[in-house]
Amino acid sequence: MIVAEGKPIAEVAKLIEDANKVLVVGCGGCVTVCLAGGEKEVGILASALRMLRKKEDKPLETVEITISRQCDPEYMEQLEKYITDDIDAVVSMACGVGVQFVAERFNKWVVPALDTKFAGGALEHGVWGERCGLCGECILYKTGGICPIIRCSKSILNGPCGGSQDGKCEIDTEVDCAWQLIYDRMKTLGKLDKLLEIEPIKDWSKSRDGGPRKVVKEDVMIK
Amino acid sequence: MSDFQPKIVAFCCYYCAYSAADLAGSMRLQYPPNIRMVELPCSGKTDIRVVLEAFENGADGVYVAGCLEGDCHFLKGNIMAKRRIKQAKKLLDEIGIGGDRLEMFNLSGSMGPRFAEVAEEMTEQIRKLGPSPLNPAYKEKKETASKEEAQ
Repeated sequence: MIVAEGKPIAEVAKLIEDANKVLVVGCGGCVTVCLAGGEKEVGILASALRMLRKKEDKPLETVEITISRQCDPEYMEQLEKYITDDIDAVVSMACGVGVQFVAERFNKWVVPALDTKFAGGALEHGVWGERCGLCGECILYKTGGICPIIRCSKSILNGPCGGSQDGKCEIDTEVDCAWQLIYDRMKTLGKLDKLLEIEPIKDWSKSRDGGPRKVVKEDVMIK
Repeated sequence: MSDFQPKIVAFCCYYCAYSAADLAGSMRLQYPPNIRMVELPCSGKTDIRVVLEAFENGADGVYVAGCLEGDCHFLKGNIMAKRRIKQAKKLLDEIGIGGDRLEMFNLSGSMGPRFAEVAEEMTEQIRKLGPSPLNPAYKEKKETASKEEAQ
């Protein structure tokens, strides 16, 4: 999932300081799961913004709505009836994708309430870790299911480097050396010989080299 | 501001503070009438949204009273409440209402006198802090203070 984190309340309040009525839109997708922008967080942010503005004697009216996904035009239709003329700004509590989809669809001032962090998963309750570098060409089958692109600080494909000490990365003693993890995993699986293969230079053209990427799946297209 | 009567919402766990309040009543203990009690099935039911709602609707202070640590009927509800209160305090600081208007207390069902004490403590603390910035009395207080300063 996409993992995001709420911006400080004061920062969001500053973004909508001229607005008298805002629509706070939550997303039922990834940000609900990582407890950053779901229905509950929408309620908390809206309440906090209202109180902050009431304190400053500039009352703010809020409308709260959480849709299933902000990254899908199908669900965006549900927002239409909430985007009325008196809404001065839309506060999107989705990841960067959702914010852009709302901004593209409606002629309103749209501001993000979250900082989108990474593609990752829950390590435990309340803790999320980065797992995928979105490089466009998965090589996890070569590395025992551990991604060297994002979990190695240098993203090297023929690791480990000289900075690997006692299984930890030189950038921080808390960070595991991805290549140590890969080596240990391959050893457990009895596939160490696979690591002897020299990895050629990665084709980064499938990553962010050629501008924004697009995936087309013609068999499910309607138009 | 000695005549300021704060409005305080107390979210009380059914298994401890709520029974303790009952006991305090049976023991005819006096405690400030500023406390408005809300029964929770466990302090672990504490929701930041509801705490904020209390402040938004005019509370000058809020406290959550849960079981003693290690004694939660649902094992860890009070520990979760403690974490949420910590987060809500941070939020209240950010909003400018002040995290010190929100507290968490731990007591057991047999601690009637402690319940009355907690109510006293909290009322005293909020009285010292004055009305919440969202309370109309806060503005009056500020205006009076600035007038006095001008004189």
